[in-house]
Formats: sequence, structure tokens, C-alpha cells
Amino acid sequence: MSTTAAVGRIPDIVQRHERELLAEWIQLQIASMGFQRDRGREDELTDQSRRFLRHFTGSLQAGGASADIRTPAWAETREFLGDLSRSRATQGYSPTETAGFIFSLKQPLFARMRQELRDSDQLAEQLWTATMILDQLGLYTTEVYLKGRDEVIRRQETEMTELSTPVVELWEGVLALPVIGTLDSSRAQTVMENLLQKIVETGSSYAIIDITGVPTVDTLVAQHLLKTIAAARLMGAECIISGIRPQIAQTIVHLGVELQGVATKSTLADAFAIALARRGLTVASLNGAGPPPRPAR
Amino acid sequence: MERIPILKMGDCLLVTIQVDMHDRLAMTLQDDLTSRIAETRARGVVIDISSLEVVDSFIGRILANIAAMARVLDAETVVVGMRPAVAITLVELGLSLPGVRTALNVERGMDLIRRDDAAGPEAAGSAESSSGRSQG
Repeated sequence: MSTTAAVGRIPDIVQRHERELLAEWIQLQIASMGFQRDRGREDELTDQSRRFLRHFTGSLQAGGASADIRTPAWAETREFLGDLSRSRATQGYSPTETAGFIFSLKQPLFARMRQELRDSDQLAEQLWTATMILDQLGLYTTEVYLKGRDEVIRRQETEMTELSTPVVELWEGVLALPVIGTLDSSRAQTVMENLLQKIVETGSSYAIIDITGVPTVDTLVAQHLLKTIAAARLMGAECIISGIRPQIAQTIVHLGVELQGVATKSTLADAFAIALARRGLTVASLNGAGPPPRPAR
Repeated sequence: MERIPILKMGDCLLVTIQVDMHDRLAMTLQDDLTSRIAETRARGVVIDISSLEVVDSFIGRILANIAAMARVLDAETVVVGMRPAVAITLVELGLSLPGVRTALNVERGMDLIRRDDAAGPEAAGSAESSSGRSQG
């Protein structure tokens, strides 16, 4: 595909018919919005269309003979389209809707060109140039749209791993790590690092890993847990696992995972009680002797 | 030749490793430590590796060896202050040092040895951070 075709009279045509072009184009876009239409979106669309057309005319004139949108003459238009695609990506538009913004300009523009250019050879040539430019712009929006989406996904991913692995201090020297969601390799690594870091920071000698929120435990998850426990032990802290549901206990035994040498408890409360006891602490009721009654389970 | 100093504190020997351990230095430490244990009839050895940033499989094995040798000489070894990154590396290497006791810092390591001493040798193993026993 040659991108050196002359833009010829296209800038001239666009400039002279700017108003009608804009009106028709917006009309088309609103019609394609279907039942999703509302005033706010229409106003926004009108504004975006007007601004795009201005950039588009400017670039066409500045670009001279070049129809290649990678040239500096198109920088402004590219930038505008980039912002548009990115904002549409975060607003939840589909890629078709985003690229459709450009492609829907073809119909009104071609109609004007047919009116202006009488010579059929010249018309065909100019139509080809216009198609080429608009296609490139359309593809560009899709490209930026995808990049925008990728960014959104990446950000959510990091937020998820950050948010879902808090390490909390239950008591002086006792940490708790409630694990929620599936433990894959990268998350397990984050969990491990967070826990070990917190052990150093707080000087805690007990850490309770609560797996109530872990839907399934397979050999991989078990291995990650055992690694974390081994690493914590090397640093001088003991881990207690709590929140093992009956089904998970069954799975662990069926898989043949060895949890020997690791204290396990069914609830976080039990694990906490053990940790306190090992630290030589006890919980007592204020108005009487002995520990408070255990809550009914 | 450079050597790692071994300090005697009561019944305990304290080794603070502050330089990067290369293999020969580790071997020398192993020799020195075993002879010092025999000489001083120490009951415990505390090895502080809090400033060690790199531990490879060889050093890991030397630590395990030292612990085993000390046990034969009737002394308890506690490795203290291991960094998170080092702990992760050792576990990934498959070295979880099963025979070595650990503590968060020198103070707690000393406590551990003193408590074991007071409780008598048969009670050793059920105290703090001797992973392995779940009570109940």
C-alpha cells in the first residue's frame, strides 16, 4: 500500500463543507448509538466530532502531499484520537464503537466528494486516498483502545494483589494473614514476601495463616504454603494454619500433602488462643476467675 | 587469613557473621567453632546472620553441618536474624535446615538457649519456635 498518494482536493472539500459534514456525521453516529442514547453522551459526541474535524482539516492541510498518518503533520490528530480512545476504553465502550467514530465519517465525506469531483478517474483516486487515511486513523484508535484496556487490566491486577494480602498484627508478637482468593504462583510470592517483611518489622514470633477465604487447596497451593512456613521458620517465627474447612482437609489427605510439623486449627480464634498460650499469655474475665466462656460455634 | 570472631558469653558462643561468606571462610568457621565448643564446653551457639545478604547452597549446608556437629558436642545451635530474601532463597533451593533452630534476633536466641538449659535437656524442642510440635 502506497502512502504517498496526494491528498489533492480533500482538505479543500472538507473545509468548505465542514458544517454539513459535521451535522451529517453526528446524525449518523447518534443513529448508530441506538437505545443507549442520552443527552449527555450526545453533547459529548458533538464536541468530540467538532474537535476531531478541526484537527483533521489542519493535518490534511499541513500534511501536503503526504497521506501517511505517522508524519508529524498528523501528530495533533493522533494525540486527540489517542485521548479519545483511552477515555472510551475506561468508559466501557466497545472497540467497534470506538473505531466506528472514524469510520462513520466516510459516508458523509464521500458524498461530498462525489458532488465536487466530476471526473471519475480523479474521484476514484481521491476516494482511495481518503479511505486510506480514515482506515489508518480507525486502526490507530483500536490500537490505542487496546493499550488503554491493557493498562486498566494491569492496574487492577496489581491493586488486587496488593489489596488481597494484608498482614495484620493481632497482638504484640502475633501476626495474622487472612488469605482470600486463589493462590497462584505470583500471588503466593507476594504473600510470602509481605509476611516475612512484616515479621522482621514487628519482630513477631507467631504468624497465623488463615485460609478460610481460599476456595480450593491443590498440591501447588499446599506447596506454596509449606514454603512460606519453612521460610518463616528459618527467620525464627512459627506459623499456624487456620480456617481449614472439612472439604479442604479431605483434599489435603487425598493429595497426600504432608502437613506434619505444622500446627493447624479450624478457626482463627483457636489459632490465636494457641499463639497466646505459647507466648505465655492468657485471656481472663474481669469479674471472675478463669477464662471467658468460648462463643458457641 | 581472615577469621570470623567467636565471642563467649557465659555458656553461649556468639558468632556474628558480618562479611560475605565465601566457601573457605565457612570451612574455617566450622573448624574454629567446633574446637571452641569443645574447649569452653559451651551449651549453646548463637549464629547471627542478620547482615548476610547472600546465602548459597554451600553456606546453607555448612550451617546445617555446624548445627549437627554442635549437637554431637552437646551444644544447641540457634541461627538468628535471617533476612526474608535469604529465607526465601534457601527454601527455593530446597534447604529448610530441619535440624537448625531459629530465632528473630540475638536476644531471643539467647533466651531460647537459656530456657532450654533451665528446663533440662529433655525439654529442649518444645519451647518457642521449635516448629514441629502442635499442641492439640
